[in-house]
Amino acid sequence: MRRANIIKLVTLVLLVAAAVALSIKPLVDPVKGIPLGLDLRGGVHLVLQAEPNKNGTPITTDDMDKAKAIISKRVNDLGVSEPIVQADYDKKRMVIDLAGVTDPDKAVDILKTTAKLTFRDPQGTVVLQGDELKDAKGGQGQDQGYVVNLTFSSDGAKKFGDLTTKYIGQRIGIYLDDKLLTNPTVNTPILNGQAEITGYATLEEAANSAVLMRSGSLPVSMTIAEKRQVGASLGIDSLHKSIKAGLYGLIFIFLFMLVFYRLPGVVADFSLIVYGLIVLWIFWMFRVVLTLPGIAGFILSIGMAVDFNIIIYERVKEEVRAGKSLRAGVEAGFSRAFITVIDAHVTTFIAAMTLYYFGSGSIRGFALTLGVGIIASLFTAITFTRLVLRLIVGTSSKIKTTWFGVRREV
Amino acid sequence: MEKGHPATYEEVQKIHPLYFNIVKKRYWWFAISLLVIVPGIISLFMQGLNLGIDFKGGTMLDVTFQKAVTQTAITDTMKSVGLDGPVQLSNGNTNALIRTEALEETKRNELLTALQTKVGEYDKTTLKEDKVGPAMGQELTRNAFLALIIAMGLMIAYISFRFQFVFAISGIIALLHDVLVVVGLFSIFQWQIDSSFVAAVLTIFGYSINDTVVIFDRIRENEAKMRRGDSYEDMVDKSVWQTMRRSVNTVVTVLIALFSVYILGGESTKVFSLAMLLGVFSGAYSSIFNASQILVEIKKHMKNPRRGGKTVRA
Repeated sequence: MRRANIIKLVTLVLLVAAAVALSIKPLVDPVKGIPLGLDLRGGVHLVLQAEPNKNGTPITTDDMDKAKAIISKRVNDLGVSEPIVQADYDKKRMVIDLAGVTDPDKAVDILKTTAKLTFRDPQGTVVLQGDELKDAKGGQGQDQGYVVNLTFSSDGAKKFGDLTTKYIGQRIGIYLDDKLLTNPTVNTPILNGQAEITGYATLEEAANSAVLMRSGSLPVSMTIAEKRQVGASLGIDSLHKSIKAGLYGLIFIFLFMLVFYRLPGVVADFSLIVYGLIVLWIFWMFRVVLTLPGIAGFILSIGMAVDFNIIIYERVKEEVRAGKSLRAGVEAGFSRAFITVIDAHVTTFIAAMTLYYFGSGSIRGFALTLGVGIIASLFTAITFTRLVLRLIVGTSSKIKTTWFGVRREV
Repeated sequence: MEKGHPATYEEVQKIHPLYFNIVKKRYWWFAISLLVIVPGIISLFMQGLNLGIDFKGGTMLDVTFQKAVTQTAITDTMKSVGLDGPVQLSNGNTNALIRTEALEETKRNELLTALQTKVGEYDKTTLKEDKVGPAMGQELTRNAFLALIIAMGLMIAYISFRFQFVFAISGIIALLHDVLVVVGLFSIFQWQIDSSFVAAVLTIFGYSINDTVVIFDRIRENEAKMRRGDSYEDMVDKSVWQTMRRSVNTVVTVLIALFSVYILGGESTKVFSLAMLLGVFSGAYSSIFNASQILVEIKKHMKNPRRGGKTVRA
């Protein structure tokens, strides 16, 4: 019985160590690991506010859906991993998170443009609209420079054919919103619906223009209500700093528990490691984006997770002082402390939930880590901590109560 | 040692070398709290809080130049594009924090280009920019108040359900105490607040009640065991001391965590961790020195008009 307990204990310790060793790599994997927020790796967070039309037509849900589809399309063309585009239909807003985007300035530029593509005759009247465009692609031109190749729908091809037949030898205008992109001279009528816009200096420029033309125009004009941009190296710097803060915090909490609670302190420290692993794996599983406030919340929750252990140990001490055996003390301490902890943690959980519900952006990240932390710490305590404590008091009936920090003479 | 009897009041007193009657001296504790809170409230009315752009709206640019720059060079450049606002230099005058009205993209680009040409080259990868439209700021404040009130309502409901209504009221008063201490201190020292301050205040709200509930839990347990003639005050005093070690140790671990975030976590979490540090400290104080004492005070006043019973149920 006793030897069996010792074997179980050693196995548990080894299991935890193995779990830690095996967890590090998948959790911090840059692609599949816990996703990092833009404040930790650079990027831009945008809140676009849809502005009602000048003639006062209200913005419909349909408009928002269309805008969302178009913005999503543009975002995907930017090549950002795990972008977030959310529409807030009540407030007519679009929330966009681009973590890890290389050129945030350009991204903002592309996203915001209303980008209504029009073809105009030499008099400046709009002849053809961008929605009759099937595709636009950036590419290398035949001579030098870069081009955008346009493909029209059959209807569009017919209109474009008419336009180029009518104005042969003259210049037609291609506009993005009110900005003239190019005004090529029509050499021959283009009847097959394939056109080419020349004159781009770089491939990137051509490709960006193509994105705007292809994704079509936003049904409503959008203004930037909120923008948070973090440079890439600043983000990495923040990440390192918070990891350092977390490590030091953890080490000092470990030491504190060891000094004040001795053997149970060791158990608490082990429980903390298990707790940390559980929380991080939950983040990993649900793709919870880790942000700076999120990390702060996590570090704070470590401090709070220890609380459960402290409450139990103090209770066990009292039970032992009151004359119970260690084993009975642990059992009684656990069941009594559990009531305390539930009541205490439910109240904190209430705060975390309201915070999540009413908060936005970074506050939400914080509330989420706090909430997950509370549940995980309860779970760890009633499974892991209890098991280990039972095993320890089961190893020997002569185990010294002083190891639990109880002075008998009192 | 006798078998299986829970600690008596005398035993609890003996275990703690620093024992003193923490309930009897309650007016002292209330006075200390007021000493911090009253100036804070006065300051809130006189000068309010130093609101950052998260609340007021505006653009904040954190620019790291490659060489040291001067304040006037930046303000002059800002003026040249028709802008003004405070500029804060740090890190050997290479880092500039520029605050101004909420800028349109074109204006913002104009300013950045002007800075680059007139002040000096800056590092694009360490640029930090926050722009908040004025409407967003109002929303943040409104949501914060809403969250506070709803959290408060839910907590009162939960504590009334699990304990008694008077416990809930005492707990909430202690909570408001902590919020006022933090908000008051931020007002007195005019530390600038951002949206993370709201998160901190709400977390303090959630965390401090945790401490209080643990003590209340003990009062609830001891109250059930009270015999006729036992003094309610003594019972509360005993409960506070029985949970003292836990209260102190838990706060120490949380403070360790917060201190490391405050010292090592970098600029962006400073406001948050400072608010949390003050709040957790105040929370521990109010849990130990105020919450149960308020409970005793309320119970005493409720008891007087009626005939003496063992306890008074709310």
